[in-house]
Amino acid sequence: MIKYGDLLAVDGVSLALNPGDVTAIIGPNGAGKSTLLRALNGYLHTSAGTVTLDDQPVERFSRRTIGRHIAIVAQEAELRFPVTVIEFVLGGRYAWATNAAWGWETQNDLQVVEAVLAETELTRLSGRLMNELSGGERQRAVLARALATEAQVLLLDEPTANLDLSHQSSLLSVVRGRCDNQKVAALFVTHDINLAAQFADVVLLMKDGRTVESGRPTDVLRPEVLEQVFGVRVLVDAHPISGAPRVTPVHT
Amino acid sequence: MTGTLSTSSQSTRIGATKYRATLRRTLIACVALTFVLLVAIVATALIGSERLPRTATLCALASLGRSACGLTSDQFDILFQIRLPRILLAAAVGGSLATAGASYQALLRNPLAEPYLLGISNGAAVGTMTALVFFGANEWSRPLLAFAGALVATFAVYRLARGRAGATPERLILAGVIVTTFLSSVIVFVTTMMDVTRIRSFTFWLLGDLSSTSEALLPLSIVIAVAGTVLLTANARSLNLLMLGERDAFDLGVEVGRVRITVFLVASLLVGSSVAASGSVGYVGLVVPHLVRLSLGSDNRLSIPAAAIGGALFVIVADSVARTLIAPRELPVGAITALIGAPLFIYLLRRN
Repeated sequence: MIKYGDLLAVDGVSLALNPGDVTAIIGPNGAGKSTLLRALNGYLHTSAGTVTLDDQPVERFSRRTIGRHIAIVAQEAELRFPVTVIEFVLGGRYAWATNAAWGWETQNDLQVVEAVLAETELTRLSGRLMNELSGGERQRAVLARALATEAQVLLLDEPTANLDLSHQSSLLSVVRGRCDNQKVAALFVTHDINLAAQFADVVLLMKDGRTVESGRPTDVLRPEVLEQVFGVRVLVDAHPISGAPRVTPVHT
Repeated sequence: MTGTLSTSSQSTRIGATKYRATLRRTLIACVALTFVLLVAIVATALIGSERLPRTATLCALASLGRSACGLTSDQFDILFQIRLPRILLAAAVGGSLATAGASYQALLRNPLAEPYLLGISNGAAVGTMTALVFFGANEWSRPLLAFAGALVATFAVYRLARGRAGATPERLILAGVIVTTFLSSVIVFVTTMMDVTRIRSFTFWLLGDLSSTSEALLPLSIVIAVAGTVLLTANARSLNLLMLGERDAFDLGVEVGRVRITVFLVASLLVGSSVAASGSVGYVGLVVPHLVRLSLGSDNRLSIPAAAIGGALFVIVADSVARTLIAPRELPVGAITALIGAPLFIYLLRRN
């Protein structure tokens, strides 16, 4: 579980991630969404406030321990060396390495990775080079590596930014499945309000480093709140199938 | 129970060795390369301006010098006092430079990173020259100051290359050019303070010269090459992740700062010891790791030790060419390695 205090670019934001919950952070560019995410795993230091993992300050843990508990799905990075998908995903097992295996993956590591590759529908591609994959497949591999850490906290930084419609929902369905079946706590930063409404249990709306509203999508995604934050008129109605709030900007 | 068993056998099949490095593959590759290396050592010991009888030489080598096997005492001395030490030094230098190159490339996320091109060899050269000019009598001061010089150059390049957006490959190479040219002018300055007779041997040494093997430094070079390779291989799994990005590596549990310092220290030590022994042999750290990755994949647990053995092999062969091409005169080995390395560098740069 993570609770969050203050940060320079982000101030007065408090949030708790509960097992099994998907939380979405939305807000305009520069609201401090990604900064917040980066502070949660200790990459950025907080100048005031605390990040706690199971009620202990996160700085108390070694990198390896944090790596076993918190996984990040970052925006796609540039690959300069040829690496196969299975090698890439096995990277997620780093934090579990013991000296007993001489730095090599154990049978258990392989089993975890097999299962994750199946879960993300990458088994067929496991021998391919990462830079031969399409953008959607590569993003799935990044997610697969994060899942391979078996971390109970999953942080996703705009995971769907470069994906088409079907890849967006299939990627988030995998995350949703993890939360439902293995009680993982997931947090994702997104620009897509409708995606947040559809997949998240809790939505945190940020602007200028502060929380504007936080709560269930139906409570947070109100037209007057969104207009104030994004400065554009919006129409909010219910999605005809899921019933989740659906936000459409109104251009007049 | 049966279910578990079938899953595990399936794992072995799907997580096939074909697509990733394994301990087994690493051992096979290293044993095979070591075998080729031993063959090359024996073969190149037979080549040279002075012809040695083949059977007697092989017999003497097999006895590790305990028996002359009918070689004259002159031939015996050529083999064990001149040729073999030079071959072993070539192996140590090649292994050191290739390992250092492979590690710099992984750490800096740049397939073009190479001790010579980044100016690190020049840093070590300045250190060695300083030792020669000021502590000429003390042989041990050379590798020590070469190490210090390499370390300073490493940090200088690293700092210069790091922009706000991180270090791009081009920026790193430019930083290397700046450090190289600056240190070259320092070298020229120190050279002018030397007497004329030493300048020629110095210029030769700067281009990479294995002919002047010091009895004390040879064992040191070999020990450093082996120990350095072991240490860097021990960090290879962390380097695998660093190769894909510092932030990713941090997220996955790598102590980035500790690994970076370890690699900088060990790689500088490797470059320092080889430059102190043989001057700047260029491009070894570029050519060898590239070929290794091309044939065996990018996993550093396999590619670092394989590059070490491959580097030894490469410089042994290059040096044999250097000392036989226009025999009895010799070329600096660095000229041969650059002849092969420079075109490859251009190819890699274009492909990037």
